[in-house]
Amino acid sequence: MTSATVSETPEGQWAVADLPPPLAPPAIVLERVTKRFSGDGSRPAVLEDVSLTVAEGEFVCLLGASGCGKSTLLSLVAGLDKPTSGTVETPAGGTALMFQEAALFPWLTAGQNIELALKLRGVDRRDRREETDRLLATVHLSGQHGSRVHELSGGMRQRVALARALAQQARILLMDEPFAALDAITRDVLHEELIRVWEETGLAVVFVTHNVREAVRLGQRVELMSSRPGRFVRRWQVEIDGPRRIESAGVSELSKEITDDLRREIRRHAVLPAAVTAGSRS
Amino acid sequence: MSSIELSDDVASLEAGLDALDKPVTLREPLAARLRRSVLPPVVAVAFLVAVWLVVVALHLKPTYVIPTPADVWASLGQYWSEGAVQEAVWNSLRRAFVGFAVAAVVGTALGLLMSQFRFVRTAIGPLVSGLQSLPSVAWVPAAIIWFGLSDGAIYMVVLLGAVPSIANGLLSGVSQVPPLYLRVGRVLGARGFTAIRYVVLPAAMPGYLGGLRQGWAFAWRSLMAAELITFSPALGTSLGQLLQIGRELSDMSLVMAAILLILVVGVGIELLVFSPIERRMLRARGLNVGPT
Ligand SMILES: Nc1ncnc2c1ncn2[C@@H]1O[C@H](COP(=O)(O)OP(=O)(O)OP(=O)(O)O)[C@@H](O)[C@H]1O
Ligand SMILES: [Mg+2]
Repeated sequence: MTSATVSETPEGQWAVADLPPPLAPPAIVLERVTKRFSGDGSRPAVLEDVSLTVAEGEFVCLLGASGCGKSTLLSLVAGLDKPTSGTVETPAGGTALMFQEAALFPWLTAGQNIELALKLRGVDRRDRREETDRLLATVHLSGQHGSRVHELSGGMRQRVALARALAQQARILLMDEPFAALDAITRDVLHEELIRVWEETGLAVVFVTHNVREAVRLGQRVELMSSRPGRFVRRWQVEIDGPRRIESAGVSELSKEITDDLRREIRRHAVLPAAVTAGSRS
Repeated sequence: MSSIELSDDVASLEAGLDALDKPVTLREPLAARLRRSVLPPVVAVAFLVAVWLVVVALHLKPTYVIPTPADVWASLGQYWSEGAVQEAVWNSLRRAFVGFAVAAVVGTALGLLMSQFRFVRTAIGPLVSGLQSLPSVAWVPAAIIWFGLSDGAIYMVVLLGAVPSIANGLLSGVSQVPPLYLRVGRVLGARGFTAIRYVVLPAAMPGYLGGLRQGWAFAWRSLMAAELITFSPALGTSLGQLLQIGRELSDMSLVMAAILLILVVGVGIELLVFSPIERRMLRARGLNVGPT
């Protein structure tokens, strides 16, 4: 387990020393991205001068306090919103995005939800059914093609949502706290599923979570964000040998370290107003 | 623990979770369902007929003012044997269907335009809402002046009665679509018309169906008003016309028979067409199937 060298600058800002560039070619490149919402007034920008590179096939977890701009960042990467300044580069073929709620269309069955994704991707009608069955099998839900969304449990819905995301055949999968509403056991199972799918497909995954252990359990890299302005303040390269479980010792150890940092980052905001006025006078 | 064991373990865990989550569907036996949904209205009708009989028995008014149920039934039978009832129901239903179909097309187009373009919404939204509360019988004189005593006048009144409800129903359906669905649609690559076709319209279906249902009720009502006033032998027998004939002949039995027919047809379409569609849609989405 290693972590990037970090130094605390005099203003109380965290700065991240550059890591060596990833080996694989980049899949997502955010360069000096700033995002402000029109009604924000004098508040700091939601995201300020954020740069991030995710390599092809990389699994990155974004951690940060509530409201720090994680969802905003994913929206920018998904192209649902435009940055105020800076550039966002993603490969052609779009990105798949999963939300906290499964967001399956309730007027369609589980299978039809996946088929719609295939149809919108332009898959021929004759191949859709077969492809849907394959995707349902991938998330261990064979035989649930005709199930109504409301008949499925939260965990099953997220698995269908995962299958629907995979149906897009994008090279990037963005996940916005997809398992936050699930119970611990179900979440464990889905972690396992997700890692398996990721290993099979070689997707680049950006996974947003509040849960430090979840981030360490899943990610190859964990990025910690600050709030208002949202920035990346520290990153960890997670290297734990052997199968990783939420209760693994390595996971616990690194989680503790990251949690301490996250706490410090949040606490910093308690004194921020004073720091800001002091800063603006100098 | 080896990784093989690990994933086996998870697979069985997952299977267990899935089995626990299997929904249990309860089907009510037919007898119970009939008792629950058919019995109450039958009791209510029986009660109304009883009240009616009591009123007749009290001799408050002569029977040509308040006929007995038997008189009404006889009147109905007489016009039925002449073929007038069938023709009236057929003519009125035909007009209602044609008018409603046209209103559905116009109302849907209008509703979509209003939902997609803020300018259109701001421009004509209040007008459409206002029209919805204007009794469409108010249009009858204008319709007669423009179209004469013709089908055209009748259709104009029906359209003005039904279109606003349908357009507003669709509009409110669209405005209640969770933004999350629109975002999902965009992520999946649905834009413009494709998004409307595959995401917006299906998601707006509950409000839209409500609008169509109300549109039908308004169409039927407007049709009766129009037929009653736009009275011309050239237009053929219709339910509204039966009412008018009853009034001219001071035949209260016929008037009541016509009212009953109008009620039965209106409620019948509601129960046989709209209710099942709505219930099916709501049930498929796991939404509460409210009282019919
Ligand atoms: N459409 C918007 N208009 C104005 N402000 C917005 C909008 N969307 C988000 N914000 C603001 O941007 C900030 C970041 O929001 P965002 O949803 O990205 O946070 P988050 O990190 O995902 O939080 P959470 O962990 O609670 O999901 C918040 O302060 C929020 O109020
Ligand atoms: Mg969020």
